Amino acid sequence: MKSASLAPMLEKAVAGRSPWQDARARFLRNKAAVVSLILLVLITLACIVGPWLLPNEFDSTDWNATSVAPTLANWHLFGTDDTGRDLLVRCLIGGRVSLMIGALATLTSVTLGIVWGAIAGFVGGRIDNAMMRIVDMMYAIPYLLIAILMVTLLGREFYLVVITITIFSWMDMARVVRGQTLSIRLKEYVEAARAIGVPTRRIIARHVVPNLLGIVAIYTTVTVPAVILTESVLSFLGLGVQEPMTSWGVLIQDGVGVMESSPWILLFPAALLSITLYCINFVGDGLRDALDPKDR
Amino acid sequence: MSDATILSVRDMRVHFQVKSKNRLPWAPRRTLKAVDGVSFELKAGETLGVVGESGCGKSTLSRAILNLIPATAGDIVWMGATLSGASAREWHRVRGDVQMIFQDPLASLDPRMTVGQIIAEPLVEHRPGMDKQEIDVRVRAMMAKVGLREQMINRYPHEFSGGQCQRIGIARALIVEPKLVICDEPVSALDVSIQAQIVNLLKSLQREMKLALIFIAHDLAVVRHISDRVMVMYLGRVMELADKHALYDTPRHPYTRALLSAVPVPDPAVERAKTVQILSGDIPSPIDPPSGCVFHTRCPMAQARCSQEVPALRALGADSSAACLFA
Amino acid sequence: MPLLEVNDLQVEFSTHDANVRAVNGVNFTLEEGETLGIVGESGSGKSQSVLAMLGLLASNGRARGRAMYRGENLIGMSDRAMNRIRGNRLSMIFQDPMSSLNPYLTIERQMTEVLELHKNVTRREAKKRAISMLEAVRIPEAAHRIGQYPHELSGGMRQRVMIAMALLCEPEVLFADEPTTALDVTVQAQILQLLRNLQHDFGTSIVLITHDLGVVAGLCEKVMVMYGGRVMEQCDAATLFAKPSHPYTIGLLRALPRLDHAGGELTGIPGNPPNMAHPPAGCPFHERCADASDECAVDAPALKAVETGWLRACHRPVHQVTKEASHV
Repeated sequence: MKSASLAPMLEKAVAGRSPWQDARARFLRNKAAVVSLILLVLITLACIVGPWLLPNEFDSTDWNATSVAPTLANWHLFGTDDTGRDLLVRCLIGGRVSLMIGALATLTSVTLGIVWGAIAGFVGGRIDNAMMRIVDMMYAIPYLLIAILMVTLLGREFYLVVITITIFSWMDMARVVRGQTLSIRLKEYVEAARAIGVPTRRIIARHVVPNLLGIVAIYTTVTVPAVILTESVLSFLGLGVQEPMTSWGVLIQDGVGVMESSPWILLFPAALLSITLYCINFVGDGLRDALDPKDR
Repeated sequence: MSDATILSVRDMRVHFQVKSKNRLPWAPRRTLKAVDGVSFELKAGETLGVVGESGCGKSTLSRAILNLIPATAGDIVWMGATLSGASAREWHRVRGDVQMIFQDPLASLDPRMTVGQIIAEPLVEHRPGMDKQEIDVRVRAMMAKVGLREQMINRYPHEFSGGQCQRIGIARALIVEPKLVICDEPVSALDVSIQAQIVNLLKSLQREMKLALIFIAHDLAVVRHISDRVMVMYLGRVMELADKHALYDTPRHPYTRALLSAVPVPDPAVERAKTVQILSGDIPSPIDPPSGCVFHTRCPMAQARCSQEVPALRALGADSSAACLFA
Repeated sequence: MPLLEVNDLQVEFSTHDANVRAVNGVNFTLEEGETLGIVGESGSGKSQSVLAMLGLLASNGRARGRAMYRGENLIGMSDRAMNRIRGNRLSMIFQDPMSSLNPYLTIERQMTEVLELHKNVTRREAKKRAISMLEAVRIPEAAHRIGQYPHELSGGMRQRVMIAMALLCEPEVLFADEPTTALDVTVQAQILQLLRNLQHDFGTSIVLITHDLGVVAGLCEKVMVMYGGRVMEQCDAATLFAKPSHPYTIGLLRALPRLDHAGGELTGIPGNPPNMAHPPAGCPFHERCADASDECAVDAPALKAVETGWLRACHRPVHQVTKEASHV
């Protein structure tokens, strides 16, 4: 009997090409996504490391250099604001806050969304119905009004801002995860696992969750910009982080006031925010294409 | 090969409630009778072939035996113990002895697990004390037995062909050394040249491991090669249950006869000479099955009695039984 | 003058990983009123050959070669010229009637559309012809059924509607791609008998693509066996089943479970179907062939005539091919 059409193998087991590796290869082929990823990493690094390297402080006012246009002197590469504080450092510090709130709020809302959606999708029936109706109700609530209420009543602590944003950002993920869980539940390999005798909780852990990660990764990159934007809106309305802490939203708010006389005060934070959001979106697109099972 | 009966299914019924046609909330719900009174027995080491066309309920029957779909009525007696109303723990134990092989080879394997993990899963589940080393040894041995190369142990399902995926499925089913394997159309999705490989593999493994098989298929020719006895189903009921030779040489039920004559034979002389018994009409829906004998609407021998009486499965000799008033 | 003459047909798909050569040199002729069966397993290229002829390849597929129909080459024909021929002179039916029929249109609308497009008749006249064609394919209560939607019909009936639609313009050639694979065996028998009758009544040539040798035995006069994108053997059906001469055909017939033989051993063909993205060198079958020699791994054998009407592509001469005794 002739052997199968495979080249002679080494004695050791050959590592397989997992679906993740396939996806990574596809992602790396997507130039826009790769460039965006690099940009994002650069921006994040700049925000973390930049303020330590630059000589100016983000809260040191300098009444001799108010509203200075961008110049190389004194490292005021982005200029100064109306109280003489260096805009570059403020942008980077503001970036720290925006990105950190973005990351934290995304983490909490994604976790909540996954748990909610997976349980609803797997249990099904009336519980699923009830859980999804709660999601619908959350969509119906005007988040801005409630956010304003909460911040006004409870104060403007950092963690409260994160909680407020979380409460209104988990629903998309819950819906998507529920849908995907429903479809996975009907797949034959789940039926095979039940036929083997694997108990439900282990089916969820071993079979459902790993196959969910793809769509979770994609929708996380959808949630992050939404969260950052929400934070910026709250800050713009004066409900975000407190002075002297700043974020991109706050900076944009400051910039709008002096838009005509000192446009750079608005331009730089706005540009940073936009670029970051664009990059996250491109990365998300890249992930979506990479993980698309039809392409297999 | 011992003569002990290991599985006894008595009057199994699986009914589903479906919404009525006009979908109004107060309209009476209709019942889809997927399986409607199936009884049979299975001895150790025996192969029972189950054939039938769409809607006959053979797949549902296999799921109900394993309680993947709950049976609405009827008894399942496994190794002398009644399983109806059994607890989850008892079913868990049964599942260590009764395994399943599925129709779509690739879809029944988790795409994110390696072959080694897939095959090991039943062992992990049913032999919790076993250490990793031992599991690895057994997985490799099983892979060799089903004709898979050991070096493939870390590969993923999508890197294999259909036939190889089905071998993985077989390895997974057999690694816990079950007493019964239910094969749900295991070769329907495979090429002809691969079908023969897999059928032969199942037969040799059955002999070696003394397995009983329930082999579900719609291809009568394949069933003939692997079964000892054959059960013909139609619309949820058993039409004929006979020893293989009896069924293929002297079919007693008109449906079996029509089915056998409809299968195309790869011999032009035979094909052109034969007169196929063309059944009139289409297969009725299991939501609204015909009264009396469910086959009477298409039966060439039907008479008035047939729409009124439900024929019972009567023994017609030592090795054959049919559910027909005129068999 | 043969109706259809195909010469060195090649189909290639460009994908991310590699170029897949799905069809690698197919030749055959089709006379008027003849039935040709194209038999093969996955990766044999049987479907792609026909899709290429009808201009139905996917967007990343390219066809080369000649498929002469009435003096014109179908390969490379403009879309407009192809549209006049497709559905009109050359028709095709597919495996899954549910996805071939538009679920949003009634049967009537779909059928009259074909006639209005090609035969330039009024709606009323088209409807009359459609109903009579539905009756010809034995759909009961045709006048009533024509107003229904595809999902209201059973699988067998939908396939009959497909056949009716394909025959509306009285084509010269009907291509059928696995028309009965998705149907139950009793329904398959009905459809096959229908095709036999229709061919008899209308004189249509039929090209039947299938993996089922039993279906071929009942319906086809000529058979072409494909493997790995190439033709392995081509001859009339009686010869192919009685005296198969190619190792693949022999292996295939031996691997076939048969109702007329009392369940002996099935002999599978060892190995797996070829991966067309990385096809084996030389003869595509050599890795699984019991008679393969070194030559087979290097040189793909050309399709040569053994006698008139009998072609095979094998380095081994006919008398040297291992033929096992037939089933006991």
